Amino acid sequence: MSFEKSKFHHPRLAVNDLGLTYRDYEGSLSTLCAGCGHDAISSAVVQACYELSIEPHKVAKMSGIGCSSKSPTYFLNKAHGFNSVHGRMPSVATGANLANRDLTYIGMSGDGDSASIGMGQFAHVVRRQLDMLYMVANNGVYGLTKGQLAATSDKGAKNKAGEQSLFTDIDLCVMALQLGATFVARSFSGDKKQLVPLIKAALSHQGFAFIDIVSPCVTFNNQPTSTRSYDYVHEHVTTAAIADYVPVKKEITSEVADGESEDICLHDGSLMRIHKLDKKYQTTDAMQAIVDIERHKKQGEILTGLFYLEPTCSHFHEMNNTNDTPLNKLNQDALCPGSRVLTGINNSFR
Amino acid sequence: MKPTDTSNYQHFLKVVDCQHACPAHTPVPEYIRLIAEKRYTDAYMINWQSNVFPGILGRVCDRPCEPACRRGRVEEKPVAICRLKRVAADYKEDINRYIPTTPKQKNGKRIALIGAGPASLTVARDLLPHGYDVVLYERDDKAGGMMRSQIPAFRLPETVLDEELSYILNMGVEAHFGEEISSLKNLIDSNFDAIFIGTGAPQGRWLSIKGHDKNKGEIDTGINWLSSVTFDHTTSAPKRVVVLGGGNTAMDCCRTAKRLGAEEVTVLVRSSFEAMKASPWEKEDAQAEGIEIKPNYTPLEYVFEEDKFKGVLFERVESIYDATGNRTLKETGETLLVECDQVLVAVGQDTAFPWIERDIGLRFNKWGQPALNKATLQSTIENVFFGGDAAFGPENIISAVANGHQAAISMDLFCQNKNAETERPESGFNLISQKMGIHEWSFQSKISQDKRKNVPHIEWEQAIKELNTEVELGFDEKLALEEAHRCLNCDVHTVFTESTCIECSACEDVCPMDCINFVEVDEKQKTSTEQQIKSQLRVQEINPNQDLLVSDKLKTGHLMIKDEDVCLHCGLCAERCPTGAWDMKKLTLDNIGATIK
Ligand SMILES: Cc1cc2nc3c(=O)[nH]c(=O)nc-3n(C[C@H](O)[C@H](O)[C@H](O)COP(=O)(O)OP(=O)(O)OC[C@H]3O[C@@H](n4cnc5c(N)ncnc54)[C@H](O)[C@@H]3O)c2cc1C
Ligand SMILES: Cc1ncc(C[n+]2csc(CCOP(=O)(O)OP(=O)(O)O)c2C)c(N)n1
Ligand code: SF4
Ligand code: SF4
Ligand code: SF4
Ligand SMILES: [Mg+2]
Repeated sequence: MSFEKSKFHHPRLAVNDLGLTYRDYEGSLSTLCAGCGHDAISSAVVQACYELSIEPHKVAKMSGIGCSSKSPTYFLNKAHGFNSVHGRMPSVATGANLANRDLTYIGMSGDGDSASIGMGQFAHVVRRQLDMLYMVANNGVYGLTKGQLAATSDKGAKNKAGEQSLFTDIDLCVMALQLGATFVARSFSGDKKQLVPLIKAALSHQGFAFIDIVSPCVTFNNQPTSTRSYDYVHEHVTTAAIADYVPVKKEITSEVADGESEDICLHDGSLMRIHKLDKKYQTTDAMQAIVDIERHKKQGEILTGLFYLEPTCSHFHEMNNTNDTPLNKLNQDALCPGSRVLTGINNSFR
Repeated sequence: MKPTDTSNYQHFLKVVDCQHACPAHTPVPEYIRLIAEKRYTDAYMINWQSNVFPGILGRVCDRPCEPACRRGRVEEKPVAICRLKRVAADYKEDINRYIPTTPKQKNGKRIALIGAGPASLTVARDLLPHGYDVVLYERDDKAGGMMRSQIPAFRLPETVLDEELSYILNMGVEAHFGEEISSLKNLIDSNFDAIFIGTGAPQGRWLSIKGHDKNKGEIDTGINWLSSVTFDHTTSAPKRVVVLGGGNTAMDCCRTAKRLGAEEVTVLVRSSFEAMKASPWEKEDAQAEGIEIKPNYTPLEYVFEEDKFKGVLFERVESIYDATGNRTLKETGETLLVECDQVLVAVGQDTAFPWIERDIGLRFNKWGQPALNKATLQSTIENVFFGGDAAFGPENIISAVANGHQAAISMDLFCQNKNAETERPESGFNLISQKMGIHEWSFQSKISQDKRKNVPHIEWEQAIKELNTEVELGFDEKLALEEAHRCLNCDVHTVFTESTCIECSACEDVCPMDCINFVEVDEKQKTSTEQQIKSQLRVQEINPNQDLLVSDKLKTGHLMIKDEDVCLHCGLCAERCPTGAWDMKKLTLDNIGATIK
């Protein structure tokens, strides 16, 4: 028996600006079911962080409970991580972000974790515009607890046990758009050509970035009655636009041949490049994005790609005018200036 | 670019780099696995079947398998394949009961073999069990050819040689030792059904430089001298010996001279040190024994002073390589006189066929070599076959063995009135799943991170004093098992089934070596599909000689492309595949002789 991944790697493996190969961004070998979409998401995160030359120890991986929430174990071994209570990742991420705004926050949640038990938490973290990447691995079921239908599952679809989804499904992208998220996208775990650039763009976005990732559960929701199976998604997926991040010094050539591209200049001179596969799509109009999503759903299609981007938004720290130095770097005196300062504050209210 | 043809064994055999590189296609990973299970006798017999002389080759094989070994591409050094072969030979039980028996009832065909080197003996071994009468003629008193006369006992002990030769001789060869064939015509007239010529390349080359004609014994060819040592005609060496040449013969000469009492032994070679023909381990051992190797010297003259031999005059040269890698030697005008008492010329050897009449229909090519059909080793006289050094000039033991198998098949076909070329058998093959359970394979799929183990040897001071004491001690069991675990089981193939793949990318994601790729090709594009595929590989391939495994179209129209070159055969792709589209399957070939082409 082997379940161990060899440390050997391809002798020609490239290194990034930090001199690291993508293998340096891996996590432990996954214990999820073989073929789980979530593993493909982990590997897309690995690739995106490697390509962006992010220092792994400057990342915090935040998650709740579920197979999807287990996934952070399987990427970025050297990053910080917190596996919170079911559905409570947004609160814990908010606390962590308040204490140390210098880290890159990657939240990994599931459709159960975010659209059921954590629905309130999800809504408020979007409103709060926390500077983070929030990913939901959307498989239409509660994978970890053996396949009960999730609130995102399409009305009428059946899970493996034959149970039918009777209620209206929740579309987390639509919700995020309504609640003011400044980067909203949907992708598919089985399409890394789209997913990796989207994750890179989302990580580079300063503000709240949300990606809903259709991620088939091979064990409990990959049967023909599912609308989240590999076959169903491969057949029904359609893409509007893809965002990619272009660092200041690099000029990348697009892998997407058709359509046209549009560059948005960010404050540091780097670019957010939007490749539109269909030029009708706008990525600057949240209301229009909602209409597009719903229209495709009516046609039986799953619309993926970048829906909405507001490049010059302000995020939680800016809105609250918080301290530039992260709280965890302030010394005791600054954090807790003592009764003399408190008396001063109290007096100001008298 | 077409999907890989998996209906025959060709693609799979090529993936097993060591086995493919071995002229006799020895199933290397299979015997290494048996060693890892301490099944030494079985490991020996697997070897014996394909390479006939495992104990000998486990010591002195030229090892074309090792530079080919995949392990050398994923870390520093290949698996010590040759040393493991010796382990099988050292630790086996009595194998006599496994040697095929010769039928009492003969098939009525008589075969003559000329020369008792590895080529002829392989033919004998292959044909005896089929009921052939095999008559062997050898001019020396004992069998073995150059394995006995040339390879010194400190590399290959006589006991090992005698043991492995006896397995064959005892199968029922009618051997005539001390009998030199001086006329092929006479032999043809003696009514043999087929004749095999395995007489080697017995003639050492001389250097016809100034002073050569004054030689009164101070100058000898390396191979004459080595055989005179083997047969006890030479028992000592003078104080100062110069060896000319940079191949393995030169290395054997200098090391033997040292053991026979020479105090100053110098090897001078025209090429650079790196470009010397000798195997790296031979050079290392010679240097460890205190022999000086002086590269970049070309001999100009044997210097005699008033008819007394003084030494050899050299000129220093420089090797200049052009863009295509061709070497020319640039003279520097700088000379060097190396005084010495004896010169051993080891600059090459040739075949010699003075005993083959030129008017009997056996054609020679412009290099004086017999004109042969490469596939059958048949000469222009239809019942005369060649193999080993006699066929293509000096090679090595394992090539002689491979030729022996090839010729044996041809001779058998010929004797059964079949066409040796068009009716050649092809080997059948099988791919057998190694899956035993979840995360459980019948081979050790976990990859050892160990470095190559060095083989223990006797002290160098002792080595240079004892002519017939073997230098290498071989691996002990602990080292052997550790080394065996370094093997990557390249014969356990990753076999892909398009129809069951759901394109989840699990295999692509988990593969530690980035072997697996899912690519999109557009046949309407101007660039060839091959170029499109290669440009989409996750990591550019290193070795285009190792073919890609190309799938048929998957459900989405994408293709699965696997770069076979650096695959560790770790089985992770198959473990992570939810549908069993990947499986780990062991390649077995039923007729290895027939795979030698
Ligand atoms: C110094 C030296 C070291 C070597 N070391 C190695 C090594 O480490 N590893 C390796 O793989 N190879 C080595 N080789 C090469 C290897 O020995 C030969 O390639 C191999 O033995 C060739 O086998 P063969 O069967 O073709 O012929 P040979 O082994 O040459 O046998 C030919 C036989 O035919 C006999 N013969 C010739 N003419 C007649 C005749 N007319 N009638 C009757 N008998 C005749 C000869 O006496 C001889 O016994 C070495 C060679 C030399 C010279
Ligand atoms: C407070 C609490 N309630 C219920 C559970 C049981 N539970 C564990 S995982 C899970 C659902 C996870 O679903 P999802 O987030 O979609 O993850 P998936 O496994 O599908 O990736 C539930 C209900 C729990 N662990 N904690
Ligand atoms: S149960 Fe489903 S979601 Fe969980 S690991 Fe298995 S395939 Fe993935
Ligand atoms: S066996 Fe599979 S996972 Fe392992 S190196 Fe080869 S292709 Fe990659
Ligand atoms: S793991 Fe299996 S099903 Fe998934 S892409 Fe690879 S071969 Fe296909
Ligand atoms: Mg789920």
